Amino acid sequence: MVFMAVTAFTLARLRNLFAVAMLSGVFSLLAAVVYVVMDAVDVAFTEAAVGAGIATVLMLGTLVLTTDVEKVHPKKPIAPLIVVTLTGAVLIYGTLDMPHYGDPNAPIHHHVAPRYIEKSGAEVGPPNIVTSVLASYRGYDTLGEVTVIFTAAAGVLVLLGRWRRAAAASNPHKTDDEPEARS
Amino acid sequence: MELPGLFTYWIVVVLMMTGFYVVIAQGNLVKKVVGLNIFQVSVFVFYISMSKVKGGTAPILEDGIEVYANPLPHVLILTAIVVGIATTALGLALVVRIRETYGTVEEDEINAREREP
Repeated sequence: MVFMAVTAFTLARLRNLFAVAMLSGVFSLLAAVVYVVMDAVDVAFTEAAVGAGIATVLMLGTLVLTTDVEKVHPKKPIAPLIVVTLTGAVLIYGTLDMPHYGDPNAPIHHHVAPRYIEKSGAEVGPPNIVTSVLASYRGYDTLGEVTVIFTAAAGVLVLLGRWRRAAAASNPHKTDDEPEARS
Repeated sequence: MELPGLFTYWIVVVLMMTGFYVVIAQGNLVKKVVGLNIFQVSVFVFYISMSKVKGGTAPILEDGIEVYANPLPHVLILTAIVVGIATTALGLALVVRIRETYGTVEEDEINAREREP
């Protein structure tokens, strides 16, 4: 986890966006390792595939279509740093009465989770409890997730789709605004 | 080595604030999306760290194992990761569009172009 913090700091400092894309992939892989350590194997699979794979590819695609060097800003604004430090301090204060890491008496482990662990084998079937909960007990959540993905895909297609470029090409007075975009 | 029980939460807060700082302080739009991702991952790590039970194993039923990690946060975070990649994709698509229209992905240059007549 300390590695994750170091990577995040480096990400914030780096100016070469190509390196930023690569490091964010490393960051996701480190997150996946942390998930395995915390017994969340399904989440680790997904993070490694989606976070380190697809996100990096998307990021590189964006860099190809835009630019990969960040502009150097001469003066560093101080206000964001103050805001961030204050928020962080408040959050740290908030963690002080949290249950400790791995504490079996934490409130989170005493409401619905025991029922899933005891009954899901008989009620749903698969030995993997995460699968049972995802597909059966919380199936509507997963349906909503699919809806979100569909909406996002539709949005990306509307923003970058081919028909929009065709419309812009047949409408020459609009293309004055985008000189070097068409390559 | 035994770390203090709240150490994971502190790392999460540090990660979250790093992402927050990148989002509000950096002018480059691609960098802002990366910052948003860091923020997101910090929330995921927070949830997963809450689901851990000392001495437990992954929530896969097996004979002879009594203590499992809490499966519910795992499910929620699986959903959240996928939704997160969807929003990232949409954000990056918007960045590409902004670049096509304004010729830049730096916030101040976009503002300057907005102000000129």
